[in-house]
Amino acid sequence: MSARQRQRQAVTLLTAPAYLWLALTVFLPLAAMLYFSFLTVPPIGNRVPALTFEHYTAFFTKYIYWYNAWRSFELGLWVTGICLLVGYPAAFFLAKRISGRWREALFLLIILPFWSNALVRTFSWTMVLREPLDLLFTYPAIVVGLVHAYLPYAILTIYVALQGVDDSYVEAARSLGATKVQTFLRVVLPLSMPGVLTAVFLIFIPVIGSFMEPRILGGKNAIMLGPIIEGQFMTAFNWPLGAALSFVMLAIILLIIALCSPLIRRYARVG
Amino acid sequence: MPSMIFSRRTALALSAGVLALGLAGTAASAAEIKVLNWQGYGTDEKWALEMFQAKSGHTVTHDYYNSEQEMLTKLRTSPGVYDVVLINSIYVGDAVKEGLIQPIDTAKITNFADLSPVLRDSTSFNHDGKAYAVSWVWGLTSFAYNSEKIKAAPDSIATIFDDAAYKGKLGMRDDAVEAVQIAALATGQDMNNPADLPKIKERLMSLKEQMSTFWSSEDEWNKHLAAGDFDIAVYWSGSAARAKKAFKLPVEYLVAKEGAIGWFDGLTVATKAPNAEAAHAFIDFMVNPEFYVKWDNDVGAPASANLKANAMLPEDAMNRKVLGDEATLSRVKFMAPLSDDQRKAYQELWDEVKTAIAK
Repeated sequence: MSARQRQRQAVTLLTAPAYLWLALTVFLPLAAMLYFSFLTVPPIGNRVPALTFEHYTAFFTKYIYWYNAWRSFELGLWVTGICLLVGYPAAFFLAKRISGRWREALFLLIILPFWSNALVRTFSWTMVLREPLDLLFTYPAIVVGLVHAYLPYAILTIYVALQGVDDSYVEAARSLGATKVQTFLRVVLPLSMPGVLTAVFLIFIPVIGSFMEPRILGGKNAIMLGPIIEGQFMTAFNWPLGAALSFVMLAIILLIIALCSPLIRRYARVG
Repeated sequence: MPSMIFSRRTALALSAGVLALGLAGTAASAAEIKVLNWQGYGTDEKWALEMFQAKSGHTVTHDYYNSEQEMLTKLRTSPGVYDVVLINSIYVGDAVKEGLIQPIDTAKITNFADLSPVLRDSTSFNHDGKAYAVSWVWGLTSFAYNSEKIKAAPDSIATIFDDAAYKGKLGMRDDAVEAVQIAALATGQDMNNPADLPKIKERLMSLKEQMSTFWSSEDEWNKHLAAGDFDIAVYWSGSAARAKKAFKLPVEYLVAKEGAIGWFDGLTVATKAPNAEAAHAFIDFMVNPEFYVKWDNDVGAPASANLKANAMLPEDAMNRKVLGDEATLSRVKFMAPLSDDQRKAYQELWDEVKTAIAK
């Protein structure tokens, strides 16, 4: 057996448990749900299910499902957009303008939301949004709560990307006559794009599936695809429809990633 | 009164002690039973569990659910985990059909003869000549309001739904079935089999401006009322009594002239209960007046199915005053079981209503 073969064998053996674990914990439950999504009734109790495609057609034919899918996407766009607008400058100052103890202190403040339970954090927001701001049970309230929850992802990923941008590139651009704005747009921003893209995926995908923050902060404005899916599982006992709606959502996300892949490939190479 | 309860409890503890001495040989049979119920709904009162342990030697642990579907899901997916399960009357039939609960050995329920026959012998609880649930408590789903903000209680659902005084101050539970049934009463239809669903949808959509928010748990309801998020909202009578008594909130309860939803809950034993024997003992303890009177006096509870227990309540208790009133009772419609198709249709209708309200 050559050294190469032995190495390949070792890699296979060492990674096998991880893949097996992933297959068991991720793939199997998903496969079960995919099967459920094609049944007329959940195969639980004494129900006799038949195969059907009706839950998938329901998504496209019934207004409430595709409209609320759009509402979820709209929310994802708002939250991701604001996270980038607030997070990029914050990450920029952290990476390029601040150092030493101050940077450590600011990092701590940024990561702090991660250390508290999401539910506790959301309930704390209800108090602030109710009294001085009078925003509770409005759409902006949902956006505020979600931006607070996901902003650290934006700051941290963009910070890491900006740390990798060598300051001598900036000096070179400036000495060749580029203005500050030109330097930023043509040199720094493109080089930090891998971080920005990572943040977009880390934020957008969980936000469009969120249901807890919309329900607690949004009140009567909470309805999105996430809460509808939750309702199918928890109150209507219509697991097949809930599963089908989840898979439609997954398919749309995969489609978006596929459409963005040229962009990702381009910047991944730069990074 | 408290001293009397104390002395009665002391006497009880003593007699339990004597009993324990006498039954020292069977002490090993002390079991740990697992109860599945709504949180804060009687069975998990700390003093009650201590009382039960002193009496029987059994300890009790809890798991909770937030919707009936969640309860059924837990029973389906975890057989052999739960002993006692609280099930609303309309879901008992489903649970029996799916084989999730076992027949009750009524001989082991010493208080069985004192239970209200209307509830105890209801067709919801009895299947093939066997009792599957012991009627425990009953109550109403109607409106509760903030008595500091609303001085004169409205007498009709129409007023609550349309009067500008309650604009942006109305709350409803985020529950398709409850919403459809309330709207059925408001539109003068049979709550259990409404003929005109579009009319119900339209009525609910008309609440866009009136509605403040939806609630999903008792705890949330109390917080919303205390914070002024809503001043009048659909609520359960037992929870309203508890909000007033235990949480000192300014809450009063009303039954509008269009009617109210009546419900009753039963205690059941899961099919593969690890401790069916102890489960029966716990159910018997729960329907005993001694537990109930203290529960309603100290904490606030729905009305008891045990007639002797109701008669022992103080004259001014909400359960005697509002629920005990003949004229009020004549307006109550009791919930009937729903088919899967009805439930699906209601859920879709409710999602459409919520979408229209959010827009």
